[in-house]
Amino acid sequence: MQARTTFEGQTWLHRVRAGLKLAVTLAVVLFTVMLPRRPHLAALVPLSFLLIVWLSARPPLRLMLKRLLVAEFFILGLALLTVFNPAAAPLVAAALIKSNLCVIALLLLTWSTPFLEILHVLRRLGLPEVMLSTLALMVRYLPVLREESRRMQRARASRTFSSGRRLAWRSLGNIIGQLFVRSADRAERIYLAMCARGWK
Amino acid sequence: MHLPDGFLDARTALLSTGAAAAGITLAVRRVKASLTPRQIPLLGLSAAFVFAAQMVNFPVAGGTSGHLIGGVLASILLGPSAAIIVITCVLMVQCLMFADGGLLALGANLFNMAIASVCGGYFIYTILRRLLRGDPLRAAVCAAAFAGWCGTVLASICCAGQLALSGTVSWSLAFPAMANIHMLIGAGEGLATGLIVLAVLKSRPELVAGFAEKPMESRGTVVSYGLLLCLGLAVFVAPFACPWPDGLERVAESLGVSSKAAAPLVTTPLANYTFPAFTSATVATAVAGALGTLIAFIAAYGLARALVPALKSSKADAGKNHV
Repeated sequence: MQARTTFEGQTWLHRVRAGLKLAVTLAVVLFTVMLPRRPHLAALVPLSFLLIVWLSARPPLRLMLKRLLVAEFFILGLALLTVFNPAAAPLVAAALIKSNLCVIALLLLTWSTPFLEILHVLRRLGLPEVMLSTLALMVRYLPVLREESRRMQRARASRTFSSGRRLAWRSLGNIIGQLFVRSADRAERIYLAMCARGWK
Repeated sequence: MHLPDGFLDARTALLSTGAAAAGITLAVRRVKASLTPRQIPLLGLSAAFVFAAQMVNFPVAGGTSGHLIGGVLASILLGPSAAIIVITCVLMVQCLMFADGGLLALGANLFNMAIASVCGGYFIYTILRRLLRGDPLRAAVCAAAFAGWCGTVLASICCAGQLALSGTVSWSLAFPAMANIHMLIGAGEGLATGLIVLAVLKSRPELVAGFAEKPMESRGTVVSYGLLLCLGLAVFVAPFACPWPDGLERVAESLGVSSKAAAPLVTTPLANYTFPAFTSATVATAVAGALGTLIAFIAAYGLARALVPALKSSKADAGKNHV
């Protein structure tokens, strides 16, 4: 069963089987991580591979850069830790190269593979049923709960005129607490709906 | 603290993946045994809830904002086994859908945030709630806030240990930096956790796992989570924090790691840089850590006192805020 969720802008990379893509990504990451601890020419191997995939699939540059930037925040933060120690410079440079290559590999995977397909792979790999159902329900209800939380925040913003930090924390705590209550109630309704459709 | 790939070496990544897998297997088994079919959708919805709650930004000083991590909150609301599964799913989606956190480092991230943080936070929450007398609502809020702080700091310490074990960043740099930053982040996490637990307990206390009746986990489960946590700390943190090389080498050998691997500080070029100041730095760190923990506890207690006035009985409040 292949469930497609993205139709627009599909490339050959989208049509490759998800299991294969996951395996190749894992292999690239593993290879990159096992490179020597100093900048090494062998890093060109994953680099050229990723470059070829990137250039032939042409992912949207803006989206990829945005996601890369999110990851870069943490990567540079870690690199900053060692800035005071010049002896570690080659070590950090190697780690920077490695982590950027790995992030790009993962970005290509997540961009070209809908999560539902990865879920099928995980099912075939024998992930426990309880985790599969949790993942599936989570992905399904993520946008719903996000919208619900936005709605509650909008409602709060339209009712409170002052915006002290103390009040903001208090009311955000209430909003998230209420979001949990609503999630639990929704879970109850989903259970009843599942039973009504013959689920056992 | 989502570790990207490239900072952990393959050995550390595999070691933490093994530890995480052990914890998740245990959690899956417990959940299968104890969960009623009625609660199955609750896990999925809770995972979506944690994800959605992470997107709510809390204002921090100077225009910046932070957000909830949610591991300890989930363990308080759902119990530790269910929380491990929920946070595992959240981290998996973050990695495989948004490329947030590494693929090979997923095991390490799972161990830090889905196991160390959840179990550690849950222990502290249950113990503290039993120790604090008086208003149960106030005790729960204080325990939740303090546990939220501890869970965050614990995860960051494990993270620093993994970085040091990989030989990427030396322990003497990684530990203070990670611990200090996360003591601050943990303050926000604790405050948010306390406020959210209070909000849920006020409106629907029956939704919180084991708030009214006895704790929901059997003693055996709690002990095995504790053992796993200790094992993780022994592998990731103890090589650097304790002067017991012999015992550790034995642990490392029994785990199938070469004895050289247990002391990566010596093999990195940073060795000479760290060792002279080791003992004094250790003492200073210990004192600072104890002081920080004490301050966090006092703050959590003060928060609970401020939020739950003594005169108000929690019973009268319960069920009032139905929506």
